[in-house]
Amino acid sequence: MGANEDDGIREHILPPIEQGLYTTVEISDELDTKAKKYLRGEGADLKDLKDKKLKGQLAVREELYGKSAKAAAKVEKWLLPSEGGYLEAEGIEKTWRIKQESIAREVDILSSRNQYDIVLPELGPYTLDFTSSGRYMAAAGRKGHLAVVDMKNMNVIKEIQVRETVRDVVFLHNELFFAAAQKKYPYIYNQEGTELHCLKEHGAVLRLQFLRNHFLLASVNKSGQLHYQDVTTGEMVGNFRTGFGRTDVMQVNPYNGVVALGHSGGTVTMWKPTTSAPLVKMLCHPGPISALAFHPNGHLMATSGKEKKIKIWDLRKFEVLQSIPVNAKCLDFSQKGLLAVGSGSFVQILGDLSGSQNYSRYMGHSMSKGYQIGKVRFRPYEDVLGIGHSMGWSSILIPGSGEPNFDSWVANPFETSKQRREKEVRSLLDKLPPETIMLEPSKIGTMRPARKKEKPNKQEREAEMEAAIEDVKSITLKKKTKGRNKPSKRAKKMQELVAKTKRPFMEQQSKEEQASAKKRQKLSEQVELPSSLQRFARKKLTI
Amino acid sequence: MKVKVISRSADEFTRERSQDLQRVYHNYDPNLRPQEKGVEYVRALNAAKLEKIFARPFIGAMDGHIDAVSCMAKNPNYLRGLFSGSMDGDIRLWDIASRRTVCHYPGHQGAVRGLTVSTDGHVMVSCGVDCTVRLWNVPVATLTDSDDSPDNSAEPLATYVWKNAFWAVDHQWDGDLFATAGGQVDIWNHNRSQPVNSFQWGTDTVISIKFNPGEPNVLATSASDRSIVLYDLRMSSPARKVIMRTRTNAISWNPMEPMNFTAANEDCNCYSYDTRKLEEAKCVHMGHESAVMDIDYSPTGREFVTGSYDRTIRIFQYNGGRSREIYHTKRMQRVFCVKFSCDASYVISGSDDTNLRLWKAKASEQLGVLHPRERRKHEYHEAIKNRYKHLPEVKRIVRHRHLPRPIYKAAALRRTMMEAERRKVERRKAHSTPGSILTAPLRKRRIIKEIE
Repeated sequence: MGANEDDGIREHILPPIEQGLYTTVEISDELDTKAKKYLRGEGADLKDLKDKKLKGQLAVREELYGKSAKAAAKVEKWLLPSEGGYLEAEGIEKTWRIKQESIAREVDILSSRNQYDIVLPELGPYTLDFTSSGRYMAAAGRKGHLAVVDMKNMNVIKEIQVRETVRDVVFLHNELFFAAAQKKYPYIYNQEGTELHCLKEHGAVLRLQFLRNHFLLASVNKSGQLHYQDVTTGEMVGNFRTGFGRTDVMQVNPYNGVVALGHSGGTVTMWKPTTSAPLVKMLCHPGPISALAFHPNGHLMATSGKEKKIKIWDLRKFEVLQSIPVNAKCLDFSQKGLLAVGSGSFVQILGDLSGSQNYSRYMGHSMSKGYQIGKVRFRPYEDVLGIGHSMGWSSILIPGSGEPNFDSWVANPFETSKQRREKEVRSLLDKLPPETIMLEPSKIGTMRPARKKEKPNKQEREAEMEAAIEDVKSITLKKKTKGRNKPSKRAKKMQELVAKTKRPFMEQQSKEEQASAKKRQKLSEQVELPSSLQRFARKKLTI
Repeated sequence: MKVKVISRSADEFTRERSQDLQRVYHNYDPNLRPQEKGVEYVRALNAAKLEKIFARPFIGAMDGHIDAVSCMAKNPNYLRGLFSGSMDGDIRLWDIASRRTVCHYPGHQGAVRGLTVSTDGHVMVSCGVDCTVRLWNVPVATLTDSDDSPDNSAEPLATYVWKNAFWAVDHQWDGDLFATAGGQVDIWNHNRSQPVNSFQWGTDTVISIKFNPGEPNVLATSASDRSIVLYDLRMSSPARKVIMRTRTNAISWNPMEPMNFTAANEDCNCYSYDTRKLEEAKCVHMGHESAVMDIDYSPTGREFVTGSYDRTIRIFQYNGGRSREIYHTKRMQRVFCVKFSCDASYVISGSDDTNLRLWKAKASEQLGVLHPRERRKHEYHEAIKNRYKHLPEVKRIVRHRHLPRPIYKAAALRRTMMEAERRKVERRKAHSTPGSILTAPLRKRRIIKEIE
């Protein structure tokens, strides 16, 4: 790539590597596209503002936002330590035919350690959960086996046997606490396996979810009741009967904290803890819903029905973007937007490869015959997919699924205990009240736009009147007796009806005309007449 | 096939030795931080609450006078020095840092009404109702630091006796003239026992006087005939006069915009004027419940402090109609004089209860040396509070001030009275010939006339 004449001077300044690869124009273009992400939407439109002072202040603000977005884009371009994973086929290869074994041969030893099968045939099927940093995993076997595993060095931190059915397990705000949905009640355990709380109010819970920003534990039980409990105070924030029957399909939208439930009638409902009616009720499938997943940016939802179809929904318009004929028992979105679909003993990864929200085959992996996959979860900040199945749990490599760069203040896989303690305090200080759960969380702190009351104009009003008259005319009058059914009587009756419907419209019209006349009169008085003559003017007009 | 997966070795991402700092990484991607708006709002709310928790403005009282404190003067050349004069004729020099008396200046018979220090900080001038002006030597700064003995008193450099009692004195900026107010305005030189010049406009007593910090020959006075007069020493007669409905107790020039001054009025308000346009006030600062006794601008010119007869001190923005802050204690009585310290971070008040009180100018400010991290945190809190200040919950917390019951009630009463008056005018206007009743805007309402 040769530098043109404009860049002739800069050629000497730039280090040789950059000279070879980029021109400055290209770099600034790239930074501009990157900065768009950090601007978080369009800036305020200042053209219509009349207040000059406010306009100036807002202009300064907007400039600052632009600057900080640029700085963030520069950080993304130059300072981030790692690059994302990828898988590219060469020649006639197809990415979905590439086997895990061949990937294992290509990658380093550290990564190939992430491919394994843990076979525990007695206590399965297993379900999994990862902490937000992806460092720790909790696994729960149906027959009462609970385990917390450090995924970095593959150490089992604690294993316990609760001798009861365990249906779901979920980590609370950090790896020290987890909740398990057992036969009759959910329980909270600490990392040592000590039972801390028994949450009797929840009942026999089928699915648990934890809302990290709000410190809420959400559960749905056998009788279809949805519970929200604040884990910091123990207060039961919400307790709603869904009225759609038993379900075990539940997922939190990470973008706004709204809980979605999939029901046997094919509807998906979305809930927040402060209202007893669902925010959204949408009919997604003709049959029962088998799984649900949300894209991390919150705008996409994937649902799968028992009729062997996956639908991708745009949550901003509540429209189907794509319908894929694939059977799915469980779904999960990765941080980079790959969709894992598990059914039977086969896992398929769908990817938005073209960038146009069109999901197509990316990778596949089949387990040994007879394994029934019950849960798929991508490990955050790693290119790893955890699979919980009837014979234990497995882990496979999915290049390009995880976010390569973590933020130490959001989720740190290399967190020390001191950092963890500090983070706990900080996140408790930033704990969101349950009222902040809403469909569009960016609305917080904004003003409600002033609602304009639109008056119908003259044509519209006339059209409305005509329509009302037509309606009246189309009525067939009752057949009357004793001479009251004469055509003349019937015509008179119809006329009366028409006049009756017309009256309110006419009255309103005359009222408005009067008002406008009064206004006009007032204006003319103020403008034209001297004060001594004004009393005469009013009299003249009223006569 | 080309393949790459994320692989982080622990060596790269953790520190090498236990003495090292922990390695931290940033990723500003908005997708990693869901609900950031909500989190920011909660932080703003917490910041507002923290501000309230840490709002402890009172630092300490300085007692020593045995009568009400009538006037104060700050030393422009030395941050810690403050002079105060009391009604029994006692003048003291205080060291603000240790809050102790450093020096006494005995001599005045009767109340000391005015104190001022020359700009170079060498000479202090006092005047009082005993018809004398006294010049004093200001001790050197190093001496005041070391000296602890309580009865360290000084002799005046000079004592000039004149015809009438004095009400105020102010020193010229960067010059050797000073002006006294009393029966008339007298201009004095350090070395002469008689005034070099005298001005009179009207017969009433002049009660306050202030030299302009930008133009050393211009001074403003207020008199008990409710007038504010501007003088120019280069001319033989006074320049301009504005008469208000009530008396102005004190005047202070804005040091950063020296064409503007603010007058503390008897009618509970302060009025900011532009000297070029005296027919209307630039801004009316409301809030006090009783006569405003004294006013002093911060050296930054962005805010000023007022002391009032209602036993409170308020801090106003230079362009704000309502006060930013109100200070009061149970023991503080009528406030007669207030001063902003020369570094704009403290406020000193002198009151009827013989004490001087030291306050922070920003109630929740952290004193002492700040770590850069602490400073950044404070800045962040300030910024998010500012960003969400229009939301009702944040606004309520930030605006709330606890008031003593008498002041709270007086304010409520005043509000009802003003509201009733406004309604009355409105109704009268509605029922009379249009154009026959004219209401002057608030900024003009209290001004009777301007005389050139």
